[in-house]
Amino acid sequence: MANSHEAVAEQFDDMPQQIEASTLGMWTFLATEILFFGALFLAYIVYRHTYAQAFALAGRHTLILYGTINTALLLTSSFTMSLAIHSAQEGKNKPLLGFLLLTIFLGCGFLLVKGLEYHEDVHEHLFPGAHFTRELPAPGQIFWVLYWVMTGVHSIHLAAGIGLLAVIVWMAWRRRFSSYYHNPVLISGLYWHFVDVIWVWLYALLYLINRH
Amino acid sequence: MTVLNPPIVPRKIYGLIWVVLLLLLLLNWGLAQLNLGPFNLVATLAIAFIQMMLMLLYLMHVRYNTPLTWVFVAAGFIWLVVMINLSLSDYLTRGAVAGRFGKSWIHETSVPPPVYLPKP
Repeated sequence: MANSHEAVAEQFDDMPQQIEASTLGMWTFLATEILFFGALFLAYIVYRHTYAQAFALAGRHTLILYGTINTALLLTSSFTMSLAIHSAQEGKNKPLLGFLLLTIFLGCGFLLVKGLEYHEDVHEHLFPGAHFTRELPAPGQIFWVLYWVMTGVHSIHLAAGIGLLAVIVWMAWRRRFSSYYHNPVLISGLYWHFVDVIWVWLYALLYLINRH
Repeated sequence: MTVLNPPIVPRKIYGLIWVVLLLLLLLNWGLAQLNLGPFNLVATLAIAFIQMMLMLLYLMHVRYNTPLTWVFVAAGFIWLVVMINLSLSDYLTRGAVAGRFGKSWIHETSVPPPVYLPKP
């Protein structure tokens, strides 16, 4: 277990300052992520405004059951991630490991459901290109391009989050964290919750608002 | 040495937030089944916004962070608002500019969006 001398890097006065610095660093990274996804959201707004009718028709073809299950899975994974952080802060290693593994499990569940949904989407000819369904007007493809890009990029982020948590599990397994030092758990939690926040908006824009 | 930043949030609060988030999801899904006209859009976006704020403030500990962290958190969202605002002030006013000043280059180059109706 890291003692206080090793846990605080030499450029910091104490642990709270170190935690604040890494929190600021993470939020700086998340700001770039907000703008990264923001550009896609902007594209969605512009094209939804330009091709309102086509979007309304195309949006009805998203599979709302898969989307809703996935939202519930991610919200629950955020809950277990928060419990992992709580365990880390209290210095309880076993619950920390358990909740981290549960979070990873729920994340994998999300990707599995997403895969099933993608499979069905392809089957329904909802992948843009030559074989795109003829039931929808041409600009409906723009909605589906945004669907594939936005959910695809989000899934990559989630897979990265699972990889990140796997590293944290490994560190926790090696007993690297204590009630004093658990900075990496806090920072990974920020990333995990952020990916969840993005999904909440994707769910609203891709699955819900074009139903009527 | 036991000063912690952020403080330990009680498990009860995490549990409460989780339940509220799931209830909001249920409400959001339920409202999408009803035809409420333009209110559908407003309700869905409002619920998503509330869910985001709950996650930011409690799960991501923004509420418990220092004011300096608040500035960093706000910065990302402020730039997002700037980007969307400036871009839409272009896209949403193109027709208005052409109409007001008569024939302009905008009028000539912009193609009105075609009207697509569902095939019978």
